[in-house]
Amino acid sequence: MNIGQVLFYVMAFVVLASALFVAGSKNLVRSIFMFFITLFGLAGLYVLALADFVAVTQIVIYVGGVLVLILFAFMLSGRETLNILQQQKSKFISLNKLPAILFAALFFVVMVNVLIKTGAGNLPWIKQAVATNAAIGPNDITVNNIGINLMTRYLLPFEAISILLMMALVGAAHLARKERGAV
Amino acid sequence: MITLTDFLIVSAALFCIGLYMIITKHNAIQILIGIELMLNAAILNMVAFGKFDRITNGGQIFALFAIVLAAATTAVALAIILNVYKKYRTIDPGKINNLKDK
Repeated sequence: MNIGQVLFYVMAFVVLASALFVAGSKNLVRSIFMFFITLFGLAGLYVLALADFVAVTQIVIYVGGVLVLILFAFMLSGRETLNILQQQKSKFISLNKLPAILFAALFFVVMVNVLIKTGAGNLPWIKQAVATNAAIGPNDITVNNIGINLMTRYLLPFEAISILLMMALVGAAHLARKERGAV
Repeated sequence: MITLTDFLIVSAALFCIGLYMIITKHNAIQILIGIELMLNAAILNMVAFGKFDRITNGGQIFALFAIVLAAATTAVALAIILNVYKKYRTIDPGKINNLKDK
């Protein structure tokens, strides 16, 4: 059991525990800040999957952008949201949540079963990648290659994403503007 | 050695937690967080498989695209939630039952 494996289990525990807390917490603000920890833990898992650039992007965009947006949505939507939360003073496992818990747990069981039956480590293309030395090693620098690929092989998706981002920007501005002479 | 299946199981668990949140919560922001959890599970899968592709880097690049798309989704969802709050004074999706012209 080397240190990478220990770190993986620690990170996986942090991610899952904080995600469970997010799902179970009654306090919305606290659950948003626990979501912050989930995202950081996921960035750690990306590093362990040897994707350092994705990990940094995760921290910059998710933790810096998305989380602040969610906090904004919470702060701007006022006290009513808190009132809704305080009405449900039941325990974590109450009867009306039982179907959802069952559904999620059964879905998890099915997915784990499928994953173990598939044996992702023994898929032909992964074996071939390991055999032909195409898997990323711990000492490889991937950022250069990602930049080159982004500008050559994946240029079309890149441009499509940029157009979609612009549309989302215009749409969000349109939705959020104050209507003049509104009905 | 961390195997691929370990990553996939963590991501499956994350996905199911997101699913649970989407089903049970009565608050649009918490549902949004559930959607983000499910998106992150998908991104974790892509990154885990991208480890075996050093030359074309498909998994990592599409993980980047998915992160950017999630940011765009959140921005639009925030605008929608604020508008809904302005109109209904609540963000419980169960109580929002009118189209634009009532």
